[in-house]
Amino acid sequence: MPKRTDIKKIMLIGSGPIIIGQACEFDYSGTQACKALREEGYSVILVNSNPATIMTDPEMAERTYIEPLIPEVVERIIEIERPDALLPTMGGQTGLNLSMELWKKGILEKYRVELIGATPEAIKKAEDRELFKEVMSSIGLEVPKSAAVTNLSQGLEVIEWIGFPVILRPAFTLGGTGGGVAYNREEYRELLERGLKLSPVHQVLVEESVIGWKEYELEVVRDRADNVIIICSIENLDPMGIHTGDSITVAPAQTLTDKEYQRMRDAAIKVIRAIGVDTGGSNIQFAINPENGRLVVIEMNPRVSRSSALASKATGFPIAKIAAKLAVGYTLDELKNDITKTTPASFEPTIDYVVTKVPRFTFEKFPEADPTLTTQMKSVGEVMAIGRTFKESLQKALRSLETGLSGLDPLEGVTEEQIVSRLRTPNADRVLYVGEALRRGFSIEKIHELTKIDPWFIYQIKDIVEFEKSIRNSELDDELLFRAKEYGFSDRQISILTGKTETEIREMRNRKNIRPSYKLVDTCAGEFEAYTPYLYSTYERPFFRITEEGIVSIKESESQPSSRKKVIILGSGPNRIGQGIEFDYCCVHAVFALKELDYETIMVNCNPETVSTDYDTSDRLYFEPLTIEDVLNIINREKPEGVIVQFGGQTPLKLAVPLQKEGVKILGTSPESIDRAEDRKKFKELLEKLNLKQPLSGTAMSAEEALSIASEIGYPVLVRPSYVLGGRAMEIVYDSNALVDYMQRAVKASPEHPVLIDKYLEDAIEVDVDALSDGLDVIIGGVMEHIEEAGIHSGDSACSLPPYSLEKDIIEEIKRQTRLLARELNVIGLINIQFAVKEKEIYILEVNPRASRTVPFVSKATGLPLAKIAAKLMVGKKLKELGITREPEINYVAVKEAVFPFDRFPGVDTILGPEMKSTGEVMGIDTHFGLAYWKAEAASNNRIPVNGKIFFSVRDKDKPHTVELVRRLLNLGLSVIATKGTAEYLRSRSLDVEMVYKIHEGRPNVVDLIKNNDIHFIVNTVGDAKSKKDSFYIRNSALQYMVPYTTTISGARAVVSAIERLKEKTFTIKALQDYYKKS
Amino acid sequence: MDKAILMLSDGLFFTGEAFGAPAERIGEVVFNTSITGYQEILTDPSYKGQIVVMTYPEIGNYGINPEDMESGDGPKVEGFVVKELSGIFSNWRAKEHLDEFLKKYDIPGISGIDTRALTRYLRTKGCQMGIISSTDLDPQSLLKKVRSHPGISAIDFVRRVTSTQKYKWNEGCWKWPCPSAEQVEQRLKVVVYDFGVKFNILRNLYEAGFELTVVNAMTPAEEVLEMNPDGILLSNGPGDPQTVTYGIENAKKLIGKKPIFGICLGHQILGLAMGGRTYKLRFGHHGGNHPVKDLKTGRVEITAQNHNYCVDINSLKGQVRLTHQNLFDGSEEGMEHVEYPIFSVQHHPEAGPGPNDSTHLFRRFREMIERSQ
Repeated sequence: MPKRTDIKKIMLIGSGPIIIGQACEFDYSGTQACKALREEGYSVILVNSNPATIMTDPEMAERTYIEPLIPEVVERIIEIERPDALLPTMGGQTGLNLSMELWKKGILEKYRVELIGATPEAIKKAEDRELFKEVMSSIGLEVPKSAAVTNLSQGLEVIEWIGFPVILRPAFTLGGTGGGVAYNREEYRELLERGLKLSPVHQVLVEESVIGWKEYELEVVRDRADNVIIICSIENLDPMGIHTGDSITVAPAQTLTDKEYQRMRDAAIKVIRAIGVDTGGSNIQFAINPENGRLVVIEMNPRVSRSSALASKATGFPIAKIAAKLAVGYTLDELKNDITKTTPASFEPTIDYVVTKVPRFTFEKFPEADPTLTTQMKSVGEVMAIGRTFKESLQKALRSLETGLSGLDPLEGVTEEQIVSRLRTPNADRVLYVGEALRRGFSIEKIHELTKIDPWFIYQIKDIVEFEKSIRNSELDDELLFRAKEYGFSDRQISILTGKTETEIREMRNRKNIRPSYKLVDTCAGEFEAYTPYLYSTYERPFFRITEEGIVSIKESESQPSSRKKVIILGSGPNRIGQGIEFDYCCVHAVFALKELDYETIMVNCNPETVSTDYDTSDRLYFEPLTIEDVLNIINREKPEGVIVQFGGQTPLKLAVPLQKEGVKILGTSPESIDRAEDRKKFKELLEKLNLKQPLSGTAMSAEEALSIASEIGYPVLVRPSYVLGGRAMEIVYDSNALVDYMQRAVKASPEHPVLIDKYLEDAIEVDVDALSDGLDVIIGGVMEHIEEAGIHSGDSACSLPPYSLEKDIIEEIKRQTRLLARELNVIGLINIQFAVKEKEIYILEVNPRASRTVPFVSKATGLPLAKIAAKLMVGKKLKELGITREPEINYVAVKEAVFPFDRFPGVDTILGPEMKSTGEVMGIDTHFGLAYWKAEAASNNRIPVNGKIFFSVRDKDKPHTVELVRRLLNLGLSVIATKGTAEYLRSRSLDVEMVYKIHEGRPNVVDLIKNNDIHFIVNTVGDAKSKKDSFYIRNSALQYMVPYTTTISGARAVVSAIERLKEKTFTIKALQDYYKKS
Repeated sequence: MDKAILMLSDGLFFTGEAFGAPAERIGEVVFNTSITGYQEILTDPSYKGQIVVMTYPEIGNYGINPEDMESGDGPKVEGFVVKELSGIFSNWRAKEHLDEFLKKYDIPGISGIDTRALTRYLRTKGCQMGIISSTDLDPQSLLKKVRSHPGISAIDFVRRVTSTQKYKWNEGCWKWPCPSAEQVEQRLKVVVYDFGVKFNILRNLYEAGFELTVVNAMTPAEEVLEMNPDGILLSNGPGDPQTVTYGIENAKKLIGKKPIFGICLGHQILGLAMGGRTYKLRFGHHGGNHPVKDLKTGRVEITAQNHNYCVDINSLKGQVRLTHQNLFDGSEEGMEHVEYPIFSVQHHPEAGPGPNDSTHLFRRFREMIERSQ
């Protein structure tokens, strides 16, 4: 069946901001879908609120809308664009839910938009638990027994047929709080009563426990002709009970016989047929009882997913691309396998390596959060590693994480008791505890009993641990060193075990000629010739040939370096808070730009979610850890002209100096300049030389020193340890008591680990600037004014481009200082500077001579592709040569807003501070600041109401600022309600505000009003730690009942402007392509 | 750890670790791309005379269980080549370690070698003879031994694997039934010519409602016709079909007399019996992921494959219709007779190991018989 000709315009919905559970993988799939559909001649209308995506690049679609993913906005886009079809399966759960909402509201029918890929009926069957259960039983498959219960007696009835142990899940509680496992009647009764109370709808799902069962996933693809193929099987090392996103997972499945695998495959095929996903990919999860092999279906996602991205990277089969083509009518046998070129897509990939995915967590950012892993996903990113054995791929994955691990490292200073408890309770480091337990002589059986991890995996880890002993205890001869490399040991790991330095090990290895072989990911285990250079490293023993001259040794490496001029671009590794998709976006742009200049581009990265690790992006892809060892090996093999470290955030930047030491050419701004900006002392000298200001600061080696510095420069001060990056453990301290407390609690200051103290500029406006420089000329890409005051991490602040309140002369001065710094540092490429403006004085907070988090936002807002231009500058082009002579001026406003994972971490406060907590960002774009801000808030799920009741509870310092705001709100016809102190203050200024009790003052109190939906927006600011603690419940209720809120006065001010503007006129719907035309 | 060598007849050799039995064997070296199913592969009689290289690197993980055998009396391969042999097995059905299993039946194995390089080599050079040894580690001596071997085309391996006794079979698939499972009221009688039959063919026939009698490969056609079966199945088996002259002769006598279903070697024997031609593929098809299009339904089925020879269906023009085609390389995978109720396929509808997409062919066999009666 050829492609459909009755449809021409297809709408694609993205997944919005990066949140826990929805990361770059949907940019990867959406970008593939855009490319695939346009390749077929369809016109694509793209909607997504996330500017840091490749899919929202204006070249990717005919029409690109960076707008909030809410029905009223998308309806207007549909009204303007009149697409023939909507592909709902590429934008994660967000895209799917929004598509379903559009369908339910009759909007799709009204504008005659056809849902392609999955019908609403199929989506309903897959998503509705009860319907899904029915369908499964109709095809003879089991699901865990379960029932929704609304009272105790009902609960006691259902337990009779469900049986113990059971899992209880209260409906709609924040982050799944109040759930648990009951093993007996008494426990069950207790948990049920509590759950019913906690659930806002008094409902608890009681489910047969399959905790500890083996967990599997299959990625299934089906076409219109009902051909079904399985792309990949995935086995979770962590058994049932831990979200698959938080589990270490392995592809392919390791511990199933063929019969068992085929039974699961048959079941998966039945499921996709019965649910009725007509075309495209689905992910189906299974659990198997390890005692007797009983198989149950857990769930199905009728769309591309995180796992499908992983499966695509693990096999080389591009699921999203193929799914998009199937959606427009092709069948699998009509499509080609990109990698082999000669064989069709209607086959099942087979692999000859082991893929291990390890999640990356950020609990250190949320010390109040419960770090236990459950069925609620908590990880923020992941790495994938490919090796020829599980041992090799596990160790490669662990060192890819960038959490300081060099492999399966020992845990120092843990007791046996701790080990037992950490094995029993799933946590982020459990695999390390398995290793440690084995080191301490725990048996495989014992560890299996505690963790339910399959003995096969434990045995493999045991192999690693035992080998550690051999390295430690024997002479490091060729055989031992080789075997260590086969087992995935990094040079660093070996150096620690042998007491040598990493460089010594590297040199020894090179001397002995123990070097990695590169092998191809080819979808077919070598059966056919592969044409796509998608490579991974491994250590293989040489083989031999008997010739007339004697025996010659042969070593095969499939990376066949070309003689073209080439550049290696180092990626950004796993997503984490502070380093996410923005950097991948920059890396991908660098690739695109250098391809335009006819360079061969070589990408190195280990994050399977990304566009950068699509084998279609760069000319050559090395799926490898971003460590000095792995990168140097590639450089030695490829011999590039240079390496780009500027685009991937801290990950590649950290490698700049070590690479340079090894004689590698770093393209763009020199590592010396980077150092000049990053080293505190050199930076101070630099600013002094240029006569620029910086907040007063000092470095303390002890608590006493800290106190004296603080009193000298004056409170409040910003304190942080010098040895952690990304705002970790950074705090604003208002007095000496708090400082003493901080020094005791947060850090141990010492000469090796000094504490940095900066004057905190209260109520200063923070400004971010991104600029391009070629060493001669400097072009300012954008000046962004933050909404939240300085002191709140720039990654967590909303910002406006252009500035919405700064005066012109200040902006000009900021630009002048930017140019001055760029020239002084001889920046070649990008520079980002953070300024603080207080009482017309401009202070420099930070200079980053590299791509910053805001580069994609500025590029999207202005249409000037900063990263692309920067990449060209780095290989020697000049701005003038590229025709970049004018700074972009825009006659509209773009607002960036951050998105937070608070709903995943019950107990974590939503107050913002110097430590970054956001996982992603959105952009709102419109004619005026108020409208753009409203859109940005709506896109980040914080819908500002235009009517209704606004609640205020603010600290004393902020009270004077609220008077004006409340007056404006009342004038706009909204009502205001406040807690006692705030209300009295406002009433004394003749403002007509209602008063409401705090939680302990009586009833109805503010929480009652929140629950009853009587409050439509919350403004809550806090001062010291005590007031923060006392008012925590307000913010927590806001989060739980999804009431929009702000925790800063500057935020409240922006909210009021938005309401004012929205009362005047509605928002604009305009494609990016049109915005760019007019400016 | 003991060493072992795998030497190819062109002088390329790999040194690795020995497992299984300390022994020396010569065979044709072929690679199999299935990720799962090493137990079925080892016990598949079609591999008689061959040394199998698994492309998937982690082998032995789930051990050996009593249910998944494809033949009696242990492995049929000459030798087994893997990247990494698991030191442990973990599966609720497993009873035995792969290493023990090979030891018990005196089959040598080699691990720790670059199986991907070997696979790519075989892909480019085509299959060739090899010797696997853990008893002689002198490369020159091994090369001499492998070169002095006459090659497998000359050998009739079917004789070595066919059952000596006629027997009944009444066992279905492993306890989770195959997709074709149906309640059968009246079983149809089928005689299975055992050229090296895989048990899963027998299990699937049973599931499809047949009463089975398995006979020795050399059983005269007359004897089979005397048994008056409803249909005849020509099974899979090892080696070059042209060496199975008795099979070809018997098949000639059966054509037009009874409904026939041929699988793999059985398909090739049918082709030769009708006067067609067979040819050898460069490195064969061995794996579980080959797409085969059923030209009748238009459906693509993912199939299990294990063959080095093919029937040139063009050489049978006028007699048969092409029914199945391999989408990887366009090779011909199945045919049906234009006149008689006879059809055959090159791939393995019985799976074991591999996908069950084509098991419906056993039902098709039954339906064909029913229609012809």
